[in-house]
Amino acid sequence: MHERFYRSLYRIRRVEEEVARAYPTDKIKSPVHLSIGQEAASVGVCEALGPNDIAFGTYRSHALYLAKGGDLRKMIAELYGKATGCAKGKGGSMHLIDLGAGAMGASAVVGTTIPNAVGYAYAAKLRGSQQVVASFFGDGAVDEGVFHESMNFAALKGVPIIFICENNFYAIHTHQSRRQKLANIAEKARTYGMPAEVIENNDALRVYERVHEAVAQLRAGKPGPFFFECFAYRWKEHVGPGEDYQLGYRMRAEAEPWLDSDPVKTMAARVDKALRARIEAEVEAEIEEAFEFAETSPFPEVTELYTDVVEL
Amino acid sequence: MARDPSVLIFGLDVDDPKAIQGTTRGLLEKYGAERVFGTPLSEDAMTGVAIGLAFGGLRPIHVHIRMDFLMLAMNQLVNIAAKSRYMYGGQVQVPIVVRAMIGKSWGQGAQHSQGLYSFFMNIPGLKVVAPTTPYDAKGCLIHAIRDNDPVIYVEHRILHFQKGPVPEPLYAVAPGKARIAMTGSDVTLVGISYMQLECLRARHYLEAVGISAEVIDPIWLQPLDIDTIANSVRKTGRLCVVDNGWTSCGAGAEIVSAVIEQVQHERAVRVKRLGFAPVTCPPAPTLEDAYYPNGRTIAAAVRDLVTGKANHWLSDERADLREIEFKGPF
Ligand SMILES: Cc1ncc(C[n+]2csc(CCOP(=O)(O)OP(=O)(O)O)c2C)c(N)n1
Repeated sequence: MHERFYRSLYRIRRVEEEVARAYPTDKIKSPVHLSIGQEAASVGVCEALGPNDIAFGTYRSHALYLAKGGDLRKMIAELYGKATGCAKGKGGSMHLIDLGAGAMGASAVVGTTIPNAVGYAYAAKLRGSQQVVASFFGDGAVDEGVFHESMNFAALKGVPIIFICENNFYAIHTHQSRRQKLANIAEKARTYGMPAEVIENNDALRVYERVHEAVAQLRAGKPGPFFFECFAYRWKEHVGPGEDYQLGYRMRAEAEPWLDSDPVKTMAARVDKALRARIEAEVEAEIEEAFEFAETSPFPEVTELYTDVVEL
Repeated sequence: MARDPSVLIFGLDVDDPKAIQGTTRGLLEKYGAERVFGTPLSEDAMTGVAIGLAFGGLRPIHVHIRMDFLMLAMNQLVNIAAKSRYMYGGQVQVPIVVRAMIGKSWGQGAQHSQGLYSFFMNIPGLKVVAPTTPYDAKGCLIHAIRDNDPVIYVEHRILHFQKGPVPEPLYAVAPGKARIAMTGSDVTLVGISYMQLECLRARHYLEAVGISAEVIDPIWLQPLDIDTIANSVRKTGRLCVVDNGWTSCGAGAEIVSAVIEQVQHERAVRVKRLGFAPVTCPPAPTLEDAYYPNGRTIAAAVRDLVTGKANHWLSDERADLREIEFKGPF
C-alpha cells in the first residue's frame, strides 16, 4: 500500500515540477495553480475512494485529478491547449475532467463546485448507486455564502458526501486570519450537523485512514456528510510556476516546517529503497512521454470552436 | 480619497502585495485600514455591505479582479443597488462604484474572460462605463465616485498597460459624450473597451484598401451617447460595432438599434455587429484566435460592409500594429 501511495505522491510532485519547468516557454497557455506541497490530501482521500466514486475539485486540481486516476497525457495536453487534452483544449488547467476516473471537473470560481458535489451525492442517494462523493475546496471557499448553504443542505438531506477543506491558510495573498475571525473551519461544519475533524500533519496515510473509515460508514448506510479539514502549505505562488516569498505576504520561516515535513518524503521513508528507485524511474518515463505527447499533439482545428455548443 | 473622507475602497486583494495590478498601491499607507481593506471571499455579502455603507453616508468602491465574480453579487446589485432610489421614492441613494476587471483570455478559459457589462446595461438604475484611454480611466473613475448612483466601472486587463497623457489635477469624464477617436467618411466603427484598440488597428488596415473609417469610443455604455454615433452614421451610412463581449443582447445590439431608431427616416444604413464567437471561451490558442475579433478580422468584415459584398480578404499582419499583449499567469 505504501508503494501505491508513494507512486501517486511522487508522480504528482514530479508532474507539477515539470509543468513549472516548461511554463516559461509560454507553450502552456493556461494559468496553472500548482499543488506542490499539498499532495497529501488528494492522495489520501482518493486512495480511500473507489473507482466509481466521484471527486469535485477547484482550479487547483492537478493533484486531485491525478490521484483520482485521471489520464496524465490528456492532462498535459490540456495544459498545452491541444486537441488531445482531457477537454479537447476547451478547459485548460482550471477545468480538468476525466469522467472515466470519476474526476468530475473543477471551477475557476471559488466555491462553485461545492453545491454541485452535494447535488451529485443526493442523486447518488436517490438512485441508490452506493457512490460516495468527495468535494474539495480551500479555506477561501469557506468565506463564501454558498459554502454555508451547501453544508446546511447536505446535512439536512444526509447525502453521502465527504467534504475536504484543504486549508493552506491563504487565499491568494490573504491569510485566513485576515478573512475569518476564528480559525475554526471544522467547528463551523460541525454546527451544521456533521462529524468534522482536523488533520494537521499533511500525511497522506493519516488522511487515508480517517477518510477510509468515513467512506466505510457511508457505504454501510450511515447518512453523510463527513467533513475533514486538512492542513497543508502551498510551496509555490498562488498562480504560476515560481516562488513568491519576496512579495512579503508570507515569510520563508513560516514555510520551513512544511518543507521539512514534505508529504512526498514522509511517504518515501516508508518504502524500500530499491523499490522506490524503480517507481521513480517508471514515473519519470511516463512523465517524459506525456510531455512529448502534449508537445507533438495538434492544436484543435478552428472548426472545433463551434462544437460542444449548447444546441438551440 | 484625499478630497472626500467619505470615499473608501475594498475588495479581495485590494491591500495585497500585487495591489490590483498596482492600482491600489500605497492607498493603505495613506488612508489607513478603515478606508482601504481586503475582504473575505464574500462577493454577495460585501456588495450588500457596500450598499449599506452608501445608505450610511459613505462612498464605497468595491473591487473585483474578475468581472466573472460579479455574478455572485447580482442580487444585491440588481435588486437593491439599482432600485433603492426609485422604490423608496427618492429618499435614499446608493453612491457605490463597482470596479470589475475583464480581459482577453490568454488561456484563462471559460470563467475568467467574460465581458458581462451588457447584463448591467439592461437594468434601469445602474450606470455602466468602460473607459479605454488612460485619460478616461481617471476621469470616469472620478465621475463614478462623485456620482450619487451605482456605477459599474469596467476595466480591461490589457488596457492597464496602455500609455497616454493623464493630467495631474482632478477632472471628471461624465456620461453624455462619446469621443470620435479618429475621423473618417466611409464607415462608423464603434469599439467597446479593449475593442477600441482593435478598431484603431482595423482603421490602419482599411486605409490600405482605400476605406476611411471613423472610430468612436462610446466611453459610457449606460447612459449611451447615441447622438454622436448617429451623427457619424448620418455621414457614413454604415455602422459596425465591435463588442468586447458576445453580440446577442449585447452592447453592440443596443447601439445598433438605438442608432437605427434615430436615423431610419433619414437615410438607409448598413450595420454589422462583431464580438466574441457565440460560444464559451476556449483556452487553446488556435480556438482563442478565432474566438476574439482582431484588427484584421474587423477590417475584413468592415470592408465587406462598405463594399456590400464578400471580398474574402484578410490583410497581412503588420508588426507595427502589434501592441503589448496580456501574458500569464495572472
Ligand atoms: C468567487 C471568486 N472570488 C474570487 C476569486 C479569486 N480567487 C481565485 S483563487 C482565490 C483564493 C482561494 O483560496 P482557497 O479557497 O483557500 O484556495 P487555494 O487557492 O488556497 O487553493 C481567489 C480569491 C475567485 N476565483 N472566485
